Amino acid sequence: MATAATVAPRVRPEGRALRFLRRLKTGDEIARLVALTAASTVVLITLLFVYQLWTQSALTRHKFGWSFLFTQGWDTLNDKYGALAYVFGTATTSILALLIAVPLGVGAAIFLAELAPPRLSDALTFLIELLAAIPSVIIGLIGLFVLAPVLESSVVPLIKHVFGFLPIFQGTFYGFSIFTAGIVLAVMIVPFIISVSREVLLAVPRDLREAALAVGATKWESTWQVVVPFARSGIFGSIFLALARALGETMAVTMVIGNSDFISKSIFAPGYSIAAKLANGFGEATTGSPILSALVELGLVLFALTIVINGAARLLILMTTAKGTK
Amino acid sequence: MTGALSMRRKATNAVMLFSSGVCTVIAVSVLFFILGYLFVKGGFSLNLDFFTKLPAPTGETGGGMANAILGSAKVLMLATCIGVPIGFLAGVYLSEYAGAAFASIVRFTTDLLNGVPSIVVGIVVYALVVLKTGLGPLAGGIALGIMMIPIALRSTEEFLRAVPNSLREGSMALGAKKWRTIVTVVIPAAIRGILSGMMLNLARVAGETAPLLLTAGLSMYYNHSWSEPVATLPVMIYTDATSPQEDLHQQAWAAGFVLLSLVLLVNIIARTIISRGAHKLR
Repeated sequence: MATAATVAPRVRPEGRALRFLRRLKTGDEIARLVALTAASTVVLITLLFVYQLWTQSALTRHKFGWSFLFTQGWDTLNDKYGALAYVFGTATTSILALLIAVPLGVGAAIFLAELAPPRLSDALTFLIELLAAIPSVIIGLIGLFVLAPVLESSVVPLIKHVFGFLPIFQGTFYGFSIFTAGIVLAVMIVPFIISVSREVLLAVPRDLREAALAVGATKWESTWQVVVPFARSGIFGSIFLALARALGETMAVTMVIGNSDFISKSIFAPGYSIAAKLANGFGEATTGSPILSALVELGLVLFALTIVINGAARLLILMTTAKGTK
Repeated sequence: MTGALSMRRKATNAVMLFSSGVCTVIAVSVLFFILGYLFVKGGFSLNLDFFTKLPAPTGETGGGMANAILGSAKVLMLATCIGVPIGFLAGVYLSEYAGAAFASIVRFTTDLLNGVPSIVVGIVVYALVVLKTGLGPLAGGIALGIMMIPIALRSTEEFLRAVPNSLREGSMALGAKKWRTIVTVVIPAAIRGILSGMMLNLARVAGETAPLLLTAGLSMYYNHSWSEPVATLPVMIYTDATSPQEDLHQQAWAAGFVLLSLVLLVNIIARTIISRGAHKLR
């Protein structure tokens, strides 16, 4: 009984294994397998990330549910955690950064793609890419020792003098604030908006510009009413890409935002961001502790936000470049 | 009427085009301001002690960051050993072997991994490694190594794809096996681009601070172990800059100067190599 059942299957795998061995000898199969292992590792690491963020935050996810996002306070003594102050700080600093960086970045991209001669445009783009390469802790250093004092001594008093009646510009300014963090973030994301928008604008077919100019449009009209609308989704893509980066930016923000758990109406007040809280909060986080779980859940929130926004950005950029090559 | 309208259109044209130029000037001058300020301030604070001495004990002035320089080197070495082989081989697989379905899965997850904020990489490595082995170069290197993978993969794949298919076909026609073709023909043709991509990648993680804060820790002494807290340049910049001691601010500027010089130097070299290669292909 045993012979009939075992003999037949035993022959076949050996045959297969032999053939596999023969291919191994040629080296091709080994090379393929090594490369395949590396490619699979990338997928595995990413899955491991998602799995870790999900399981390590289970404790607070079950305890607080969605209210984690909408409650304020970080009470390590009574283990009550809410992310509202950090979500608020991340949102306000990012919005502020976009308000500064979008006009600046899109304007510069228009200049580089439409006006500047190619050589000048390439040289300037090179410099813009160097700006993107500056480590964030160094931008933070400048923000801390140069930007904050300058804002405190001259810029903020001026804004208060003119717009001081608005609630968002009230309160005492100590240099560390949502406002300062927003400016620092703007510096960090502007290179991304410029280089991606420039590429998207360059992908717009030449005939469109020529047609607009031929019917009597000025250079600006052809740019603003024909080229930019054509590249609109790609430009939005670059903005989303920049937003995703702004949300996750840690060091430069931590150094200038003031790290205060309070939510204030004024942008001149200190605040906190999700990333900054993560950078500062890990001192007491031990295995299985509620603090660890709460911090990891903050990380999960940040992870989910950036993935959604990055995905949207890629989709938008793809839409424009595909349109241009048609 | 039409004259007035066309005047207005001409004026709008001039004003808007001019302001787009102003935007560019602002963006570029931010770069020069940061560079100039750092080079003056940092160069002024820099001396030989910075490279040879340990940080001064609290209350004393002077000292250097020799331990942080060594620590950074150690962490970056481990990161390169992790990130470059995995990213490179996976890039080879995507460009030379993968079928469309698997390739798009790998590409998608690579984009996902690339979009993960660096601090989140820090958290995951904290939960996975630090809670077991403690803070140290091991955990720091793993965190930065993971951060290097997506870009290593993407640049390898891109430069391999730029190699003309005729080269592969020529080699195969001479009877070379596929892996020999890849190793002796395809990769050498793309090696300049790939190496420059790796250099840019290393320069990018060299300045990463947030994940190291959670994984490498901080120490004021030399550290010979892989699983004990170690000082690294970016973390020292952060710690010294946010400390209340005036004297440590000088150290932060000096460290910032050294870090930025290295990062920019590598960037300029690598980008020049890449753009020269692009000219040749054309």
